[in-house]
Amino acid sequence: MINLARIERDPNYRELVRRRSSLGWGLSLVMLVVYFGFIVLVAYAPKFLGTPLGSGVMTIGIPIGLSVIALAFILTGIYVRRANSSYDVLVRKIVEENRS
Amino acid sequence: MKKISWLLTIFLIVIPTFALAAGSVEGGSKQAVNWSAIGMFVGFVMLTLFITYWAAKRTASAADFYSAGGGITGFQNGLAIAGDYMSAASFLGISGLVYTSGYDGLIYSVGWLVGWPIVTFLIAEQLRNLGKFTFADVTSFRLGQTDIRILAACGSLVTVAFYLIAQMVGAGKLIQLLFGLDYWIAVVLVGGLMMVYVTFGGMKATTWVQIIKAVLLLAGATFMAGAVLYKFGFSPEALFAKATEVHPKKLAIMEPGTLISNPLSAISLGLALMFGTAGLPHILMRFFTVKDAQAARKSVFYATGFIGYFYILTFIIGFGAITLVSTDALFLDGSILEKTKSGIAAIKGGSNMAAIHLANAVGGNLFLGFISAVAFATILAVVSGLALAGASSISHDLYGMVIKGGAANEQDEIRVSKIATLVLGVLAIFLGIVFENQNVAFMVGLAFAIAASCNFPVLVMSIFWKGLTTRGALVGGFLGLVSAVVGVVLSPAVWEATLGYAKGSAPIKLDNPALFSMAIAFAGIWLFSILDRSKRASIDRDGFDAQFVRSQTGIGAASATTH
Repeated sequence: MINLARIERDPNYRELVRRRSSLGWGLSLVMLVVYFGFIVLVAYAPKFLGTPLGSGVMTIGIPIGLSVIALAFILTGIYVRRANSSYDVLVRKIVEENRS
Repeated sequence: MKKISWLLTIFLIVIPTFALAAGSVEGGSKQAVNWSAIGMFVGFVMLTLFITYWAAKRTASAADFYSAGGGITGFQNGLAIAGDYMSAASFLGISGLVYTSGYDGLIYSVGWLVGWPIVTFLIAEQLRNLGKFTFADVTSFRLGQTDIRILAACGSLVTVAFYLIAQMVGAGKLIQLLFGLDYWIAVVLVGGLMMVYVTFGGMKATTWVQIIKAVLLLAGATFMAGAVLYKFGFSPEALFAKATEVHPKKLAIMEPGTLISNPLSAISLGLALMFGTAGLPHILMRFFTVKDAQAARKSVFYATGFIGYFYILTFIIGFGAITLVSTDALFLDGSILEKTKSGIAAIKGGSNMAAIHLANAVGGNLFLGFISAVAFATILAVVSGLALAGASSISHDLYGMVIKGGAANEQDEIRVSKIATLVLGVLAIFLGIVFENQNVAFMVGLAFAIAASCNFPVLVMSIFWKGLTTRGALVGGFLGLVSAVVGVVLSPAVWEATLGYAKGSAPIKLDNPALFSMAIAFAGIWLFSILDRSKRASIDRDGFDAQFVRSQTGIGAASATTH
């Protein structure tokens, strides 16, 4: 039904795999580094997270924690945006070209 | 027509149960019967039973039953995933944790959220392109069907079982407190309604129950957090200032506290929270309810947004409860207050009730009723999703693929899954009653640890690693499963708190075993795959290229049925 070798040689397919894996693994790495960076701060430097911001009681840990949450959402958004604009077009081309 | 009368009968049984229970309330840990809560809850149940009836008429094929025919949109699925994830444990548990320890609650929220981007980047689209009804469809795509299905079913059922028990016990306690019902009535009610939703309405009803609940919960939490901020002139600084003033730990609630005892434990917990998400069967199943890979990816984006927003709300709600609940005698137990002099420790019903009391403090009795009803609805919806995932694993993986070798009659398979749902429901009710007085908090941690150490490694390796063989997946997966269970039993939470051995005697000092159980799983999978020289192994490796092309392009993927 589908010709495996032909799809694997298809430049559009190669482009799709290259883009998806570099973006997917790249963003995963960013998320992992940021999250485990946060966990390491929690584990080894809790007092740093307790540093007051300005003269009030707000500590630096609150915006840091909230930004990890915001970052998770933003990274997902970046991936979905890039994927919607490029992957689906490439997939459609691959399906078209390999229909026989 | 037979189905309507069934539903009616069950409903007629449900209503008098409330009336009965209302008559038999005495003091103790139970609250007075809260009629506005019961009224709103009955409204919710009627609406969901109507949806179940509607879905039952449209559920004929196996695809309808397991995956709602693939006809759920990305946005709807995003809400449903968020609904599955925003369980009563995370709503009441995290706000309760913030209430007692402040900043520590945020650490859990962050951990529970960051698994989602990983799911989006690495798993969601591939899962949709390769699978049909359960995640075992993906792991067994090119591997030996029988072995891998059994492994996946074990991983799924053990995860579902622990999660289900934790939810049932939580539900019983909560409903006892909120509605003034007896514990066992509450458990039977949850189990019974769950069986109705799942057996009659399948995935379609389960999804819509989940969507409605997610909207109600988000709306309720938004109102609560908004009301708290309003009281402090929308100044977080003013809220935190007041909270540090009245909380006995003072400024310490603004930084990581005693919850994370040692660094390795923190990292291990972080791993379990992050990767457990990507291995929960009831969550993974949701990716098969959408049309295609694009919709799968969009749905996680919406889900991440809703869940992240919700966690920020619970943080505000927790701090709101510190300022408004712990300072108000109405919500405190006088005798404990006398002894400890701490409003935090004296909260009626324990710290998990912080959000519920706050609802009363900011919105009066009517809003308290609303939040109570939503909390009950939340448990009901999450339990239904779990039961469906467990039943699918039994009927689709074990019955359809292992016993019948993939040649099962579709109607038979649906019948098996309905029977499995009933068995799971009865079992859940039974275990819920047995575990009434046990500390079950560790069970959710265990579920996450097993999901992260058995389901996730096999899934991710099967999608990305050509060298994976059936034997490698099987040995590594079971090693992960066993080491996660052993690790939890030997951890301080179970060894000392539940089994009662001396403090400090736990053989493993980690509260969550993910750090070593995930490592054991991945190492086992790798080692036993590369050493595998069997004939099956070369079939496994040869099948990778075709699988990879399909996972990337979706060519040949199961399509949505038309409705």
